[in-house]
Amino acid sequence: MTTIQHISTSRRIKDRVVQGLVYLAFALAVVPLVSVLWLVISNGLARFDLEFLTHSMRNIGARDAGGGAYHAIVGTLEQVLLASLISVPIGLLTAIYLVEYGRGGRLSRAISFFVDVMTGVPSVVSGLFILAFWILFLGMPFSGFAGALALSILMMPTVVRSAEEMLRLVPNDLREASYALGVSKWRTIMKVVLPTAFTGIVTGVMLAVARVAGETAPLLLTVFFTDSINNDPFSGPQMGLPLFVFDQAGRPNDTAIDRAWTGALTLILIVMLLNLVARLIAWWRAPARGR
Amino acid sequence: MTTNVRTREGGPATGRSASRRSRGEVPFRYLSTGAGIVLLGIMAAIAVFLISEAVPALQANNGNFLTELIWDPNGGEVFGIAALAFGTVLSSALALVIATPIAVGVALFISHYAPRRLAGPLGYLIDLLAAVPSVVYGLWGVAFLVPLLKEPSVWLNEHLGWFPLFAGEGAIGGKTMLAGGIVLAIMILPIIAAISREVFLQAPKMNEEAALALGATRWEMIRMAVLPFGRPGVISAAMLGLGRAMGETIAVALIFPATFDITFEILTPHANSIAANIANGFGEATPIGRGALIASGLVLFIITLLVNTAARAIINRRKEYARAGA
Amino acid sequence: MSKQIQVSGLHAYYGSHKAIEDVSMTIEPRSITAFIGPSGCGKSTFLRTLNRMHEVIPGARVEGKVLLDGEDLYAPSVEPVSVRRSIGMVFQRPNPFPTMSIYENVAAGLRLNGRVSKSELDGVVEESLKGANLWNEVKDRLNKPGAGLSGGQQQRLCIARAIAVRPQVLLMDEPCSALDPISTLAIEDLMAKLKDEYTIVIVTHNMQQAARVSDRTAFFNLAGQGEPGKVIEMDETSRMFTNPSQKATEDYITGRFG
Repeated sequence: MTTIQHISTSRRIKDRVVQGLVYLAFALAVVPLVSVLWLVISNGLARFDLEFLTHSMRNIGARDAGGGAYHAIVGTLEQVLLASLISVPIGLLTAIYLVEYGRGGRLSRAISFFVDVMTGVPSVVSGLFILAFWILFLGMPFSGFAGALALSILMMPTVVRSAEEMLRLVPNDLREASYALGVSKWRTIMKVVLPTAFTGIVTGVMLAVARVAGETAPLLLTVFFTDSINNDPFSGPQMGLPLFVFDQAGRPNDTAIDRAWTGALTLILIVMLLNLVARLIAWWRAPARGR
Repeated sequence: MTTNVRTREGGPATGRSASRRSRGEVPFRYLSTGAGIVLLGIMAAIAVFLISEAVPALQANNGNFLTELIWDPNGGEVFGIAALAFGTVLSSALALVIATPIAVGVALFISHYAPRRLAGPLGYLIDLLAAVPSVVYGLWGVAFLVPLLKEPSVWLNEHLGWFPLFAGEGAIGGKTMLAGGIVLAIMILPIIAAISREVFLQAPKMNEEAALALGATRWEMIRMAVLPFGRPGVISAAMLGLGRAMGETIAVALIFPATFDITFEILTPHANSIAANIANGFGEATPIGRGALIASGLVLFIITLLVNTAARAIINRRKEYARAGA
Repeated sequence: MSKQIQVSGLHAYYGSHKAIEDVSMTIEPRSITAFIGPSGCGKSTFLRTLNRMHEVIPGARVEGKVLLDGEDLYAPSVEPVSVRRSIGMVFQRPNPFPTMSIYENVAAGLRLNGRVSKSELDGVVEESLKGANLWNEVKDRLNKPGAGLSGGQQQRLCIARAIAVRPQVLLMDEPCSALDPISTLAIEDLMAKLKDEYTIVIVTHNMQQAARVSDRTAFFNLAGQGEPGKVIEMDETSRMFTNPSQKATEDYITGRFG
């Protein structure tokens, strides 16, 4: 008899089978990604031309080819920018409160809890809320700004959580060193804590922006539809790129479906670009954090 | 997300020395506290305004909002949430059943199987699934997945029609609950996989080593030391995914055929959900219709709130447990 | 069931870093062999090469031979899993499975090898817990979680878990470093008892412990930071502690460095 007994065949087979299943699961998860990207690129390239990027859908008949998403791209950029202008200050200040001032008190626990709740608010509900509050209750018109309000509700919790995490990563020694020099708390936060956490916070914001840039449901209920260019986000219906895709995809003819694919391609390019930039910032910063 | 957070001690108490305090201190403190309170205010406002705008429509409703199947608030003033809520639950449950096993497999692949050099990039690949906007998934679902599922659906219906989910007469395939469920599954897979991956990576190395030192194979080690530790995390991840699936709107709005009935036949073109109905019904809604949609959104809000809160509770319990075990 | 281990020309690496260099030694059956040496000298790494736990760490690899009664543990046909089945290990920190009861912890290794009848399992659990001097303390709460025990009890539980699968060798990596003196004494008593049946190898930072429990002692040292660890000297414990042949050993033992 040898000293070392071999393990039984059934154990070995079980180990192998599970390994196979785990690899299979990963492959299964990648298949839709590849499929989506492939279809979006191959179908989207057909209309990915100058006209698409520079023209609106004004005066394009129901079955006509041509037309573009310029109005939607402008709309999306404005809405996302406005949403960031609203949600980043509130989100960042809330994170500062939670990390620097709240100290686990009752208010900070309540805020922290509701940030979690807010993370789970379905995007369509945030749209309904702005519809109910801004448009129906206050009587404001459908506008790009209303859409931005809805998007900012979706952005806020993401910004708070990522900024909070980054602020907590700032070593306490830095704060204490600053206090020891007689610098007040708020100036310490402004001059020491925020600059240290800056790139991390930017990464978080970019990821939040990337997330809401692709949201359709809140826009559907707040900016309405338009086929024309509207550069003013504060008055009148505006378009958004995700909304453009939704609209075109719902029209029963091939030229519209082509535009939907190209819109999807443009949207994915914008979102992926934002993601990539965010990751690059994070990656570039990572060694500084000593990982 | 797992970076260890240094607990904060010390720092000057804000009232320690009035002379040291510069003039911006108090306004800044109020500003940041105020931002937090604004956030609380928004959450309260969401509840208040959804309710206040829903009430008039609910009062004008001639049917029972909770049990009525029909959704006709624009002309008939009869509408009920029953069929829509059922669709929301069935489609998300379907998504969960499809996504969870795959997501757990993906998480294990990245945490314990993939070569370490590749684990990061491959994990990023899965995260990319979450970066694809939902409207794109909807487009993909309608243009690619729906035709693709036609034949397998017919086959399932013919051969396994005795199984209630695969039953049905007449039209089989097309814009079905199954197609929507699969698209939802793809959309919630990244979040379930990401959270599960984190908890699997947090499984104590020393327990993994203990299992290996007993002569466990990799799978046996995972079953002994990783899965029991990660189970609560996986459960809460799945529930967060469930909440996500329930609220998902645009993809299913494009796929679901907007029918109003309760059926378990996922291979027939009968499917709808609260969120899809809001997106599809908003365009031609009358004031009562809008109120009715807001009422349905309120129901959706409450359901997802319950699911998410339960998920958070499990996560937090696990955190305490992990701390106690450390 | 106790076996002899012969190591020859063994090198261990973490990636490109060489952690130990050219170690050769013979570990006798039914005895306790202690490894001593300053932190970072590779004694724990070496211990982990004896049951192929070293290679669990990504990038880690081993060159050389480890013979268990003449059979090479690193031969291509030998699986690490079966090696670990034959050579048990106890770790620095007690690591019972937190989700398992005391009973399940002890039974964990046995259950890997297919179905074992309940009565047989009961017998082995009792015997192993008795063997680990823990039975009397836990016999009334076998279904309570193992994590609820004290540190010293947990460590004895881990020893019970390791001996439940009837290994031929028991490796102990600083098993008392996380324990108080009374628990340490209990473990040392246990080791003295176990050596009748097992080949025991223990890594320890505690010189007195090495002197108290071991029959033979190996002193590991490294030439400097980043240099690989080596065996400086190995001998009967009594001689190592009274009359070592190397100056470095004497310096270390008398506390002049490390």
